Amino acid sequence: MSDIHEDLARIVGKNWVSSQKEERYLYGRDPGLMPPHEPEYVVMPKTTEEVQEIVKLANREKVPVVPKGAGLSLTGLVIPQRGGILLDMKRMDKILEVNDKAGYVIVEGGTTHATLKSHLMKHYPHLRHSMPDSPPIATIVANAVIHGQGRLTQQHGFNSDMVSGLEVVLGTGELCRIGSCAVSQYWFSKGPPMPDLTGLFLGWFGTTGVITKLGMKLYPCKKIRDAMMFLTDRADLVPDIMRKLGRTEMMEDIVSSFAPLPLRLKGNFNILIIITGDSEEEVEFKRKMAWDTLWEYFESRDGGFLSVPPDMKPALLAMPSKDTTRFADTSKGGGFEYSGPITPIEKYPEFIAKLEELASKYKLFYASSARVIDGGHSMMFSFSYTFNRADPDSMVRVKTALDEAAEFALEQGGVIWKPNIDEQKMVMERMDPNTLKLMMKLKELLDPNGIMNPGNWEAK
Amino acid sequence: MLELKFDKSKCADCKAVSCLVKCQYMDFDKDTAKVEWQKVIDGEDCRVLHDCVTCYSCEEYCPFGNHPFYLIVERQEEKGILPAPRPVITMWINQCQPVGRFMVGKVEEKALSYCFLPIFNELVKGKLFDGIWPSMIFGQEFFCNAVYLHYARMSVIKDRLPKIVENIAKQGIKELVCLHDECYGTFTSIALAYGIEVPFKPIHYYEYLHDRLKELKAEIKPLNVKAAYQRNCSARLIPETDHFVDDIFGLIGVERVKREYDGENGLCCAELIRMSKGPKLADDVQKRNVDDMVKFGAEYCVFNCPACYDSLVERVMRAGIKPIRMIDLCKVAIGEEQSQKPALEGMPVLKAAMEGK
Repeated sequence: MSDIHEDLARIVGKNWVSSQKEERYLYGRDPGLMPPHEPEYVVMPKTTEEVQEIVKLANREKVPVVPKGAGLSLTGLVIPQRGGILLDMKRMDKILEVNDKAGYVIVEGGTTHATLKSHLMKHYPHLRHSMPDSPPIATIVANAVIHGQGRLTQQHGFNSDMVSGLEVVLGTGELCRIGSCAVSQYWFSKGPPMPDLTGLFLGWFGTTGVITKLGMKLYPCKKIRDAMMFLTDRADLVPDIMRKLGRTEMMEDIVSSFAPLPLRLKGNFNILIIITGDSEEEVEFKRKMAWDTLWEYFESRDGGFLSVPPDMKPALLAMPSKDTTRFADTSKGGGFEYSGPITPIEKYPEFIAKLEELASKYKLFYASSARVIDGGHSMMFSFSYTFNRADPDSMVRVKTALDEAAEFALEQGGVIWKPNIDEQKMVMERMDPNTLKLMMKLKELLDPNGIMNPGNWEAK
Repeated sequence: MLELKFDKSKCADCKAVSCLVKCQYMDFDKDTAKVEWQKVIDGEDCRVLHDCVTCYSCEEYCPFGNHPFYLIVERQEEKGILPAPRPVITMWINQCQPVGRFMVGKVEEKALSYCFLPIFNELVKGKLFDGIWPSMIFGQEFFCNAVYLHYARMSVIKDRLPKIVENIAKQGIKELVCLHDECYGTFTSIALAYGIEVPFKPIHYYEYLHDRLKELKAEIKPLNVKAAYQRNCSARLIPETDHFVDDIFGLIGVERVKREYDGENGLCCAELIRMSKGPKLADDVQKRNVDDMVKFGAEYCVFNCPACYDSLVERVMRAGIKPIRMIDLCKVAIGEEQSQKPALEGMPVLKAAMEGK
């Protein structure tokens, strides 16, 4: 046993550290297409103090530390590129406080979306959070760190926009509170009216610190949720349709799906609209708003609402949606990955054309899902392709297609969401040089020894 | 190319023009109807081709069996008139296209057709189907395709139907019990109108149920309830089957309420109207229909068609009426469990209302 292993065992207890081959193998990869790289140690802290001690140890020994939630980004963001200590946050899974009146929750760094959802359903059924469509084991912190989206993103922006405070172990091991909680016992604001320092940690993929607590805004959980489905076969109309729906400020969620299979989806852009209400009148009013908003497309016969029978609704309303999992199993060998640029909605037709072009060029099965963000300021557009894990050639073809999709997204003025290390380089190459310089200065300040998830957001 | 057997001389001699005068969704007096119908015959653009809600009723109203509705559908397609938004039509055409995937049970000379409706996997259980199940077929390859009448796509029906008939015949089936009303309508009405030979005997499932109930008579416990019957669009292609509703109800002690919107005057479930004309007319039709059920004291609403059930189930329940499919009604009458109960998860507004109580 190395000294580091023993030191880690002393910090967290011997049952919560491993340098066994099996653990190192599993923690060295994610379900996506980035090449694996194993850590030397896997450790599962239980407290903030333990995280602090581990980071201090890593600084002392100059070994990398990679904080990890469920590892579901698919873009290899928690693959330890330079080995070191893999910090699995799953044991820090408590819900520390729900402030019903101010509408926020404080969770530990490894708390999952499933845990929060079930807690709210049981104890605060009038409140909800923005549930992403990733598997329910996705952690709240990791989802915020990658600027994830969820079922409330159309109304309230990225899930990271809903953060209301952080507790962070800096790259030096120091502990720091961010937001109103830095000066108050309340976690209602991530910054305003003070400088917003959450930007030093959100979007950095753990390269500036380890988030050990997070405040997240909660929203009213309306008594009724219902699903509507609008179809059009014209990609050029989709941006206007989504924008108009967004600007009603009435829709919970707006997502356009496009795929050649199942056959009922083929040839159309299938726009799912979720409406909510506390009364039948409220739901009916919103339903009417959706109809009125899209009436011109209905009259021209370019678009129409599909009747959604009762047996179809539970699947459409499910949080998280199971569609992604089903899609992942389309190809034998069950693999899929997507590039999900954030881009203006107006780019939808160009992105659809590229999605199909790449699928045809690389002989891939494809699907796309585009979610409206924050009323229509932007959307997340996914280029999704499936592969067979037992067929290396199919994996190479998907990776090549996704690389091209990322290049294309940047050319079109989009920004790559949760970019892998290659895509991060693409982004940084295009970035304003002074912005990049500022990023690197901040990084150096917060992580002077360069031990935090190295390989990510590295300019050199 | 398959041609519609339509005799314009029958229309020339027709004084009543019932096809249009009786229409519940377009308002015509006899004189206007005569002029308008002549335009349809002559292939001219006219109001009928745009305003038709595709309820199929004129097929029943025509006393000569001259297929006025099929002619309307042909004309709509010729003129590129879209009774529903184009993407909705595309969705239907794609969804049900034969792709070589189907399911068959232990098929014998007499078999059940589930058409392409998975609901029958739940419904077909118990004594009513002893002796025939698992002789069954299911899938796009056996889908009757009548739904395209709603979408001005007679060409799709003409293209696919002969192959569908062939697929069924290839299974060695001599008698096909059509659990989907539209299948029976397709094989006995559309096929006939276009000269498509059907080498097996279609049996309407109401006839089958009626015969089975007679065999199981000793087990019937009369339900002693009043029920509204929801007629469906394809029933208009085969009005000769309507008496089976009364026959079955008679066997199991159900009174078919004599309401305004039954029989020839029945109202469409209106979901197609919603997709083609919008919510205003659809909501009005559904409201009048359900109000009528309430007014005449119906305790149950009995459905033939799965789509009608989906369309009206919530509104019917909100009116305090129990929705039930004909197969389930018969099961309950012989002491068996109802297979398909309304799933509240799919009706969030109603669910919230019930939880609120």
